[in-house]
Amino acid sequence: MSILVNKQTRVLVQGITGHEGSFHTAQMIAAGTEVVAGVTPGRGGEWVLDGKVPVFDTVKQAVGVTEVNAGVIFVPASAAADAILEEADAGLELIVCITEGIPVKDMIQTCAGLKKTQSRLIGPNCPGIISPGESLVGIIPASIAIPGDIGIISRSGTLTYEVLHGLKQAGLGVSTCVGIGGDAIKGCDFVDLLEFFEDDPHTKSVVLIGEIGGMDEERAAEMIAAKFSKPVYGFIAGLSAPAGKRMGHAGAIVEGGSGGAEEKVEALQQAGVKVAASPGEVISLIQK
Amino acid sequence: MRLHEYQSKSIFAQHGIPIPKGRVANTAGEVKQIAEELGGRVVIKAQVLVGSRGKAGGIRLAKSVQEAEEIATQILSMDLRGLAVRRVLVDEIVSFSKEIYLGITNDRTERKPVIIASGAGGIDIEQVARETPQRIIKVYLDAPFGLHDFQTRELAIGIDLPRELWKSFNGIAKGLWKAFKENDAAIAEINPLVVTQSGSLIALDGKLIVDDNSLFRHPELVEIRDLDAEEPVEVEARKYGLSYIRLDGNIGCMVNGAGLAMATLDIIKQSGGNPSNFLDIGGGASADKVSTALRIICADPAVKVILVNIFGGITRCDEVARGILAARNEVNRPIPLVVRLAGTNAEKGLKLLADTDMKTASSLEDAARKAVEIAAREMK
Repeated sequence: MSILVNKQTRVLVQGITGHEGSFHTAQMIAAGTEVVAGVTPGRGGEWVLDGKVPVFDTVKQAVGVTEVNAGVIFVPASAAADAILEEADAGLELIVCITEGIPVKDMIQTCAGLKKTQSRLIGPNCPGIISPGESLVGIIPASIAIPGDIGIISRSGTLTYEVLHGLKQAGLGVSTCVGIGGDAIKGCDFVDLLEFFEDDPHTKSVVLIGEIGGMDEERAAEMIAAKFSKPVYGFIAGLSAPAGKRMGHAGAIVEGGSGGAEEKVEALQQAGVKVAASPGEVISLIQK
Repeated sequence: MRLHEYQSKSIFAQHGIPIPKGRVANTAGEVKQIAEELGGRVVIKAQVLVGSRGKAGGIRLAKSVQEAEEIATQILSMDLRGLAVRRVLVDEIVSFSKEIYLGITNDRTERKPVIIASGAGGIDIEQVARETPQRIIKVYLDAPFGLHDFQTRELAIGIDLPRELWKSFNGIAKGLWKAFKENDAAIAEINPLVVTQSGSLIALDGKLIVDDNSLFRHPELVEIRDLDAEEPVEVEARKYGLSYIRLDGNIGCMVNGAGLAMATLDIIKQSGGNPSNFLDIGGGASADKVSTALRIICADPAVKVILVNIFGGITRCDEVARGILAARNEVNRPIPLVVRLAGTNAEKGLKLLADTDMKTASSLEDAARKAVEIAAREMK
C-alpha cells in the first residue's frame, strides 16, 4: 500500500509534447501509471505516444473529458508557476512539479494562491513520487524500487535513487517514495508527508533524506518527537560543506544560526531518529 | 547574483531611499576629483563581493583630498579574500546618532517575504539576532498585497524610532520593498540605516542579491553583472550550466545532483580524503557538458585524482562515459580517474570505459576508498 499515488491515480501531463515530457510519460506508462491526458497549449486534438494519450489545450478541457485526479508538470521554468495554478484551478487533488529553476517570487505567489484550493503540491525541482508496483508520477527510475513497507521522503533526487537502489539490493521494499524537492519555497515539506505516513497502516518505518539549508529537518524532528509513532531513519547531506557563500545578514537572522548539517543531525537524533553517516549506512541501520 | 554596494544603493535611490552623495571610481585620480567635489572629508569603500569589508580594511575615512588619494591608492591595490579591488565608492561622511538594520528576504518556512528591522544595526547585527532576539522585529508580508503603512509603523515602534521619523521611515521601507519585488531579490538590505545628527534617515550601505532563477526576465541586471568580481572558474562553469565551487583538497569530484554531490564529498572526507571541489552536472547532461566539467576540474593544479559518481535517472551513463572519453583525449595531464556509474544505461557506459586504464567502482563507498588511496599514493 501507499500514500498519495496508487492504482487509482489518473495522471495528466503538462508539457507532454516536449522532449522530457514525452520521454518520461513513456517511462511512467511502462511503470504501470495510468496516464489519461496531456496538455500543450496549441496542440489540442493530437494523440501522442503511439496514439495512446489525447492532448488538450487546457487542463480544464482535459478534466471535462477524462477522469484526471493528478497532474505532473514538465514545462519550462518561466511557465511552471502558471501551470501549477492552472491545475489547481481545474481542481486536481495532487500536483507534482518536476521543473527546476522557477523564480522564488513566482513560487511564493503560487503557494499563496494554492491555499485557497484543495490541491496539494509536491515540488518543484523534485523527482516526483513512486509507489512501486502501483504508480509512478515523476521521473524516478522504476527499476530501482520494489514494493514493501518503508516510506521515503527526500529533498534530493539522485541521493534518493542511491538509497532506493541500496534498499532493493538488500531485498527491502518501499511503500511510497516522495521527492519533495530542493527549492527554498515548495509545496509540501517533511512534516506534511510524515503525517501521511503516520496514517498509512502499510508503512512500517520511514527514511528521511535531508540536506543543509532551511529548517525543514528541525521542524520534522519536533513533529517526530511529539507525535510520530513509527521508527525513522535519517541521512543529512552536506556535513563536510564549507560555511560557503554567505548571503547577507537577512537569511542568518531569519534562521537564527541553524540550518547546518550538524544541527540537523543533532535535532533528529534527539527526536529518536537513527541517523546514518552515509547513504549506504541507512540500509544497514534498517537491517539491524 | 549579488550586486555591488554602489549598484544596490543606486537602485535604492531610484525608489526614493536617501543615500549619501558620492560616486564610484576606478583610479586614485578619480577619487581625488570626487573628494574635491565633496569637500575633502570622504569615506572610501572597496567594491568587492565579499562580506566584512570593513573588518578586512576595505573601508576607510579620509579627512582631506590628499589623504583620500593616498587611501584610494592603497585600497585599489588590495586583495580582499583573494578578490582584487578594482573599484571604490567615494561617499560624503555622514555623522549619525543611531544605526538601524532594515532588510527583506523570503522566509522558507512561512513561504512569505519578511521585513526585518532592528534598532541595533551595524556590523554586529547577527550577534544581536543570536543573543538578543527580542531586539529584532519581523513582519511577514502577503505576496499580492505587499507592505502596508500599519506594518511600517509596527516596525518603527518596535525599534523605538522617534515619531517625527515615522513618515520618512515608511517611505524608505516601502522603497526597499519595491526594490525587492521589482528586482526579484533574494535579499534587499540596508545596514546601517542611520539617524543623522540633523535628525533625518539615510542609507549608508546597501545590499541587493537577486534570485538567479529570475535572471531570464532581468536583462538589465545581467548587463551590470560584474564578472571580474567573481571566481573565473565559477563563471566559466555557470556558462555551461554547471554548478562548481572550488574547495581546498586534491580529489576532484564530478557528480549529478546537488544532494548526491554533497554526500560524495562527505564520504570522501570520512574515508580520510579531501575533495578539491563541488561539481553538480545537473540532470540529463550531454557528453559535451561532461567533458567541459572534467576540463574545469583538471584546470586546478592541486587535483591528483578524479572521482566520477553518476546515478543515472534522466542522465544516461553511456552519454557520461562518452564525455569522459572525449575529455581524456583533450586534457594532456594524465590524472587517474575512478568512475562509478549506476542507474540508466550503466552497463553500456561501463562497457565503453572497459578498454581504458580507468578504475571503476561498484558503490559510492568503494569509489571513495579507491580515490583516497590513489590521492595518498600520488602525494608521495
